[in-house]
Amino acid sequence: MFVPSVESMLAFAAPQIGGSQALTSLALGLANEPAGLLPAREQMALSLGWHIVLACFGVAFPTMILVMHWRGVRRQDRVALVLARRWAKVSAVLFAIGAVSGTVLSFEMGLLWPGLMGTFGDVLGLPFAFEGLSFFVEAIFLGIYLYGWDRMPPRLHMLMLIPMAVAGVVGTFCVLAVNAWMNAPTGFDIVDGEVVNVQPWVAFLNDQVWLQFAHMWVAAFMVAGFAIASVYAVGILRGRNDRHHRLGFTVPFAFASVGAVAQPFIGHFLGLRVAATQPAKLAAFELALETESPSPLRLGGILIDGKVRFNIDIPGLGSLIARNSLTAPVQGLDTIPADQRPPVNITHIAFQSMVAIGTILMLAVLIYWIARWRGHDLLEPQTRFHRWFLRGAVLAAPLAIAALELGWIATEVGRQPWIVYGIMRTTEAAGENSGLWWLYGTTVVVYTALSWGAISILRSMARRWRAGEEDLPSPYGPEPVEHAPELARDEC
Amino acid sequence: MSVELAVAAAMFAGVIAYALFGGADFGTGFYDLTAGGTRRGAELRTQVDHSIGPVWEANHVWLIYVMVMWWTGFPQAFAAAMNTLILPMLFALLGIVLRGGAFAFRKYAATLTQARLFGAIFATSSLITPFFLGAAVGAIVSGRVPIEGRGEVWGSWLHSTSILGGLLAVGTSSFLAGTFLVADATRAGHHDLGVALRMRTIGVGIATGSVALLGLVPLRLDAPTLWDGLLGRALPMVMLSALAGVATLALLWTRRYRLARITAVLAVFGVVVGWGLAQYPWMLVDQIRVVDAAGAPATLRALLVAVAIAAVIVGPALGYLYTLTQSPTWTDSY
Ligand code: HDD
Ligand code: HEM
Ligand code: HEM
Repeated sequence: MFVPSVESMLAFAAPQIGGSQALTSLALGLANEPAGLLPAREQMALSLGWHIVLACFGVAFPTMILVMHWRGVRRQDRVALVLARRWAKVSAVLFAIGAVSGTVLSFEMGLLWPGLMGTFGDVLGLPFAFEGLSFFVEAIFLGIYLYGWDRMPPRLHMLMLIPMAVAGVVGTFCVLAVNAWMNAPTGFDIVDGEVVNVQPWVAFLNDQVWLQFAHMWVAAFMVAGFAIASVYAVGILRGRNDRHHRLGFTVPFAFASVGAVAQPFIGHFLGLRVAATQPAKLAAFELALETESPSPLRLGGILIDGKVRFNIDIPGLGSLIARNSLTAPVQGLDTIPADQRPPVNITHIAFQSMVAIGTILMLAVLIYWIARWRGHDLLEPQTRFHRWFLRGAVLAAPLAIAALELGWIATEVGRQPWIVYGIMRTTEAAGENSGLWWLYGTTVVVYTALSWGAISILRSMARRWRAGEEDLPSPYGPEPVEHAPELARDEC
Repeated sequence: MSVELAVAAAMFAGVIAYALFGGADFGTGFYDLTAGGTRRGAELRTQVDHSIGPVWEANHVWLIYVMVMWWTGFPQAFAAAMNTLILPMLFALLGIVLRGGAFAFRKYAATLTQARLFGAIFATSSLITPFFLGAAVGAIVSGRVPIEGRGEVWGSWLHSTSILGGLLAVGTSSFLAGTFLVADATRAGHHDLGVALRMRTIGVGIATGSVALLGLVPLRLDAPTLWDGLLGRALPMVMLSALAGVATLALLWTRRYRLARITAVLAVFGVVVGWGLAQYPWMLVDQIRVVDAAGAPATLRALLVAVAIAAVIVGPALGYLYTLTQSPTWTDSY
């Protein structure tokens, strides 16, 4: 059976094309690209980059609402119940656009990459089938939970969050299985150019998915946690330091903190896998032009005219971090044929920025919790650095989102020129649609409008909550007059 | 039943479910659009919000299910269809995105102006999506989607069968939505609203029926394979649909709304199943048969496992959702 292993990777990485000359031709724009390639790439990157942020809320928010709701029910805590109820309304808006942007993706897989879906649709389809199943569960219980306030027994109502949280986990695992399969394809053979002997379960539960899933799942909690916490941090900075804001800050911040501490470790193990399965990607991550033993850790740096500039090298550390060894080298780009190298600079910069952000966030949350454990809670207004801490907490939200996007850019661009690593080039997967630029333009406009809509709605919700309108009556109220009071209940 | 056929049947079951649940959902857009000014339309629009609010996301997942079954079970036919039908698919998609976004935004809009903007987008895009999905079906059933190479990007869906498909999709969706809205409104005690909706639903029903009858003429010339199937294997379903449609009109007229919902569902079910039977054994009419389009057998078997798991998990959950939304505590309390 054909399992792309390190050997097969090396087999097509064999010819040595040395010297800096070959490295200057690292631009993406290779000749004979189909007309649909560039717009399809831009389109995919835009729609995925947008969806993934909302997907993070879809995955992590139900769990956080559950914790808040549970606290409210168990301890008869009114503040917690109000928070849970408001968060549910916010999630209704976010989940709606998350769901439609996800639908965009499932159309795009076929519309933009007919070569991929036509050839490998039956290999990578199974995870999508299970993903669809988990979307079903999520959408059903979301509907029940949102409209169940005051209409169901409180405990039963709260339990509706559990299937949502579980579905978020399963759904993440399934999409990541597809992406992991693209990075380390298995579960089929190629005989005379035909895909045969398809083993869908092997493709689904591939070796790569577990760590990628873990990393993404934790990223979802970081993104959603820091984002929600930052809203309350802004409130506290503006002088609303009440229990409502502190609780609203602490619960998501605690989730995000656990994630921030775990993430660099998971990322490290993920990196070790990259060394084994995708040497070209690792070389680009580490900006390793030549194989050195032991390899240095190269901080910063950019490849200009075949030379690395503006870098700081720490001797030996590269081997230690990327290979878990004192001597094992990071395989250099010079061992990889020029037409199989990813765009080095984008990959390297995206990767290192993600790692930098991850490190900063981990240190920052550690400082907060250690200080708190030693009796110095930076949430208390009288403590030193209180405002600096809050400002940092606000900043953590864009940083986490940036790390998420950068991580995906590193993964996806670093896999180029392959869409299915070592098997199918992205050029072979794209269609011949030159008109796709129109699509791209439309998508930019529509997504900008959706973002604007979501932000303005969420802000107006916050404004009305602050003004004491707990129920957010429908704008069509108080018409019809005779139903006005009941109408308000419907909005709960 | 062969495994290919079983997967095709499971996929088509999703098409039926989407036509019924998704259709009833999208169809509300028609009444929302024609509800009149802000004041006059407020009651109806609130009813629409209330009726589809808890279920629209779940109804929408049927589409995802169908797409996934299609590309996994029949990858080449899927790629071919997407390649040729890129435009109607993209227009339908645009409708889905705008509709979902605008629906969620309208509910929490702060001002009336905003609510009107979002409401207008929601209602219009609710009609766009079924139209273009219906048009895409029209292209497939008239044999305009080749399995090799690319069909005409515009011509494949700008012709009588596709237009008929689009209009039928919009009409049947609106008809279904109307019968459900009438029943919901009446049960919640909004009798005036119920009466107004009832007349409009009857109008939609008559219009849709006429389109279906008149459409048979061009269908015979433009989509002969489908035509033969409709008069052959699918004839009982066509008759069922026509009878149920007429029965629905009569029941609406005599204000027996509970029963009308059942016959309306039967009418649409008849149309969709009739189309499926008429098209069988083709996956893409005149181009490739279901058995020949199927992907790897191991994947087909795995898909059936996934469908079985889904039936066990999703089925009862969906049932629970619909039971709740139709229960007195949920409908009467607004
Ligand atoms: C909040 C987000 C976030 C943070 C703080 C980090 N990452 Fe990350 N990273 C992701 C979010 C992310 C991601 C977006 O989720 C990726 C893209 C693909 C994937 O599976 O996860 C990713 C990919 C990714 C990969 C590539 C996997 C591949 O191409 O197969 C590696 C090696 C790392 N990460 C390593 C790290 C390290 C060592 C980090 C910390 C110091 C780190 N990441 C922080
Ligand atoms: C499970 C999730 C994902 C899947 C299945 C996936 C799949 C794909 C596919 C099919 C392509 C086009 C082919 C290619 O260029 O290799 C692509 C490209 C790309 N994706 Fe992803 N992607 C995923 C997540 C993401 C996310 C969340 C981002 C967010 C930033 C992202 C960023 C990109 C970028 C930047 C490209 C263009 C790369 C290039 O062509 O240089 N991807 N992805
Ligand atoms: C890492 C990548 C991804 C993650 C973690 C993820 C997660 C999610 C989650 C949790 C939802 C439900 C969101 C909600 O209801 O708010 C969702 C929606 C969706 N996603 Fe993604 N997704 C990812 C990438 C993709 C990709 C690559 C595709 C398609 C090819 C996709 C297709 C969809 C679809 C179709 C929906 C809508 C389902 C519905 O109607 O409820 N997602 N995604």
